Amino acid sequence: MSKIVDGLLYSESHEWVKVDGNVAIVGVSDYAQAELGDITYVDMPDVDDEVKAGDDFGAVESVKTSSEIVAPVSGKIIACNTELEDRPELINEDAYAAWIVKIEMSDSSELDSLLNASAYTKLVG
Amino acid sequence: MEEQLKQTCLHDLHVRAGARMSPFAGYDMPIQYSGIIDEHNAVRNHAGVFDVSHMGEIFISGGDAEKFVNHIFTNDVRDLAPGKILYGMLLYEDGGTVDDLLVYREAEPQHYLLVVNASNIAKDFDWIVKQAEGWDVRVDNQSDSWGQIAVQGPEAEQTVRDVLGFAGAGALKFYEFCDQKAEDGSRVILSRTGYTGEDGFEIYASPANIRRYWEALMSAGVKPCGLGCRDTLRFEAGLPLYGDELGPEISPVMAGLSMFCKLDKPEFIGRDALVAQKAAGPARKIVGIELQDNAVPRAGYPVELEDGTEVGKVTTGYHSISLDKSLCFALVDSAHAALGTPLNIRIRKRVFPGTVVKKRFYQTNYKK
Repeated sequence: MSKIVDGLLYSESHEWVKVDGNVAIVGVSDYAQAELGDITYVDMPDVDDEVKAGDDFGAVESVKTSSEIVAPVSGKIIACNTELEDRPELINEDAYAAWIVKIEMSDSSELDSLLNASAYTKLVG
Repeated sequence: MEEQLKQTCLHDLHVRAGARMSPFAGYDMPIQYSGIIDEHNAVRNHAGVFDVSHMGEIFISGGDAEKFVNHIFTNDVRDLAPGKILYGMLLYEDGGTVDDLLVYREAEPQHYLLVVNASNIAKDFDWIVKQAEGWDVRVDNQSDSWGQIAVQGPEAEQTVRDVLGFAGAGALKFYEFCDQKAEDGSRVILSRTGYTGEDGFEIYASPANIRRYWEALMSAGVKPCGLGCRDTLRFEAGLPLYGDELGPEISPVMAGLSMFCKLDKPEFIGRDALVAQKAAGPARKIVGIELQDNAVPRAGYPVELEDGTEVGKVTTGYHSISLDKSLCFALVDSAHAALGTPLNIRIRKRVFPGTVVKKRFYQTNYKK
């Protein structure tokens, strides 16, 4: 059983979102890291890149496969978790601690289309 | 339409042990147990065991067996002593590859064992039977009667001797085999071969005996390994996988495997095509590419020149576990295949610079 944290929002493509004011902190879910296996590389965007909800802006690579990271909301990248450059395995260790990017949201109403923990549990259950 | 997946004789043991299962070559196979990196490192540093029972065993015997095997096989079995093994290919007339395989010279004269890729068993058997018309040979596909495990790694010899009790292990050199007897008297083939770049053994036995050996190895704490790390290991060692670096469109000359094609033999199927390819130079070649970045090149990604011209595609790629860098094999136009050539790889939306390097990324450790 993969871990799902209450209070976070989730996308159908297995990103999690923690809302902090008008900033969305984004990572990939425990289900996603378990499916991927040993993660070896995180392809991150550049700070100040504009992203649009539904577009992929990076990828999480495991030994065997890769999974694109899809922007759950639109906005501007204001931070990338550079710790993952040297230690991508942090996502395997704790997918909810290892955030990937912070997005300054341009339209916070997009959050409404994301899943809450119980809806996401149904999706991956 | 999903075809019914076949199962090896160890399938229920994999499932019970919690291995992650996935379809491969028509079989439901374990891809990983503890994790690809952990299993990969176990094989490089200690020992690991793989279920490779999906591989095919085709026996060829009869008055013309030696001549016939030499007719269909690129390597030369004429001076192959009993107990020795050769790697090579079966080719189409046009030089395209039917399969790559091992040929075992049995103790009995005019007896050979061909070990072929699981995905190609039916195709190979039909093809061999067709070629055998008019020859005095028996072609016997015994793939379903044999299980096979591979014990690989620097501690493989000790493991095979101490856990499985095969006293003959130490006397074998790489690419040699011997017969052992199972407790029930049935035949066991102990072969010092593998697909990992490490020393190791491949053991062929009846499904019941393979189960006993597997369970003995598990009880002794030998690391069970899935096909995931089998691929990362063979990749680092520069070994091709049929379907990726060899195939109907990729000849051994293109794959850089000419040393396993004895063009000085009077004839074999596909020889003339290879001679012509060698003379003219193949249009495309399999190369190794090392990237400067950690982004991972995957099969199918485009290989480009500085100006964006596509000159090939990646066939296999990983962030190498043993070497900690991003590497790939790619099939590229021969004009851009020389060592040291700068080549870029397009990974999603970005282009990553790389350089053509030797395909044997990892220094292999065979017992010569």
